[in-house]
Amino acid sequence: MMGSPYSLPRRAKAALAIIAAVLVLAPLVTNNYIISVLTMSLYYAYVGQAWNIMFGFAGLLSLGHALFIGIGSYASAALFVHFGIGPWAGIFLAVPLAVAVGCFIGFLGFRFAISGVYFALLTIAFAEFTRIIFDHVAWLGATEGLFLPVSSRTRIDLPNLRGPSEMFYYVILTLTFLALGICRWLMNSKLGYCWRAIRDDPEAAAATGVDVFWCRMAAVAVSCAASGVAGVWYAFYYNNLFPEIAFDIGKSVELTFAPIVGGVGSLCGPIVGAFLLYPLGELITGATQGLGIEGIKQFGWGIAVVSIVLLRPSGVWPWLAQILLPDRRCHAAAP
Amino acid sequence: MSAAPLLSLRGVFKRFRGLAAVTDVSFDIPRGAIVALIGPNGAGKTTVFNLIAGMLRPDAGEIALEGASLVGKRADVICKSGIGRTFQIVRPFNGMTVEENVMVGALARTSDIATARRHALELLELLELGDRRLAAVQSITLPDRKRLEVARALATRPKLLLLDEVMAGLRPTEIDRMLGVFRRLNATTGVTILLIEHVMRAVMALSQHIIVLHHGEVIATGSPEEVKKHRAVLDSYLGEEAL
Repeated sequence: MMGSPYSLPRRAKAALAIIAAVLVLAPLVTNNYIISVLTMSLYYAYVGQAWNIMFGFAGLLSLGHALFIGIGSYASAALFVHFGIGPWAGIFLAVPLAVAVGCFIGFLGFRFAISGVYFALLTIAFAEFTRIIFDHVAWLGATEGLFLPVSSRTRIDLPNLRGPSEMFYYVILTLTFLALGICRWLMNSKLGYCWRAIRDDPEAAAATGVDVFWCRMAAVAVSCAASGVAGVWYAFYYNNLFPEIAFDIGKSVELTFAPIVGGVGSLCGPIVGAFLLYPLGELITGATQGLGIEGIKQFGWGIAVVSIVLLRPSGVWPWLAQILLPDRRCHAAAP
Repeated sequence: MSAAPLLSLRGVFKRFRGLAAVTDVSFDIPRGAIVALIGPNGAGKTTVFNLIAGMLRPDAGEIALEGASLVGKRADVICKSGIGRTFQIVRPFNGMTVEENVMVGALARTSDIATARRHALELLELLELGDRRLAAVQSITLPDRKRLEVARALATRPKLLLLDEVMAGLRPTEIDRMLGVFRRLNATTGVTILLIEHVMRAVMALSQHIIVLHHGEVIATGSPEEVKKHRAVLDSYLGEEAL
């Protein structure tokens, strides 16, 4: 079918179905280590998609996205630890909180015309001072950390999200595909067209009738909501939260790698990037473990990432899509 | 000039620091007319467009569309109230295809993607861009991009179309085709056109009324014949050879 570049041809749909089937069946045939690698790849794919909504779709650079994930984590964890309220109900606090903070930053940025890298600085500033505030909130564990009780690692307790690693794997797998579906739907909607117009030229978009302020706020809200959900999952997967880890700027930067390497603004880019980078990091760890040289992993991983970005500056996925889907007449935006 | 004008400017001023870009500009654009805004470089023509379209706010004065003030309104609100514009230096959405560029304009009037795509296709056909519709914007020529600007502005279903030098850089045959398009549009849809243009052949052939701007002030208005003979216009812009 012709038309939107965000509609997938049949072959791509078939490939996607096969990949989905492999991922669904993976826990049956692999060991715990592979599961944990796949789980973290999916986590980075998911948060990469959330970040990509703001930067890739609407052109808003956030370098403080750990903030929204961290807020989601702390909100759901606090409800669970202090009141015994499970994560599914906790989402209803975690997501509105993350969205509210995001929209506040967005309002400041868009109302006072703080754009580009200055907007990115604003997001960093908010993440940093949230970290410092959380360091002093005893109710949330302060610097000592907030710990979620673990009763059993074998019994599956889905309502409280307590259970074996396979359960967490399936939850994040579902979230990743859900995010993909939502992003695809958004990009084929009026909002998606308006986002891309704003990303390319906000003034021309406004002159063409696009409500730039509202569309940007919508991008922030959707991205922060998705990040808040990621935070809930993260809290219950790791069972411990420390402000200097949850709100660390390194974390905010780290989650931008998958979409940047995979292809900013594309639907599958963050997923492809995550499944390339995280396993690559693990492979390098495995290969360099015996050497006993400190920092060699980061060094090797850094060289690998820089090489990929130099070779495929617009991302791995747009290049891959061109090879896999050569009949596409438009490559302005790969799916 | 009859009845209430579609657009009216009354005593509009705009200064950029020390520079008076627009000084006490007043004019009316009658509904259904094709009016040209001419004048030497730096006369303030594009500034007048930016004031009308809401990219700039006047320091003083009144700008009204169908009697409703536009001053202080956002550009997207002004677009939706019925003013479509093109940019002198083309500003297409570079990450989108030709068709998608026009669809963004069409989406100002509908939320349905299929409807927007149909409307975009009609306009692309009208502007002879139909066969380029799936092309990336960077891959099309400058004249095509100028036509794309027009299609995108038209897609917002304007009552008033502001054209900022859409003929510049076009070959004479291409100018004739564009003239044909605008005449047809004006005749069939009744869209009012205000155009900035340096190509005098196009201005004289197309417009019923001309406003001449010099140093931010209106120095002459009238029919093409009247303006061509106007002393101040000849001195400041057209030159004696225009006679």
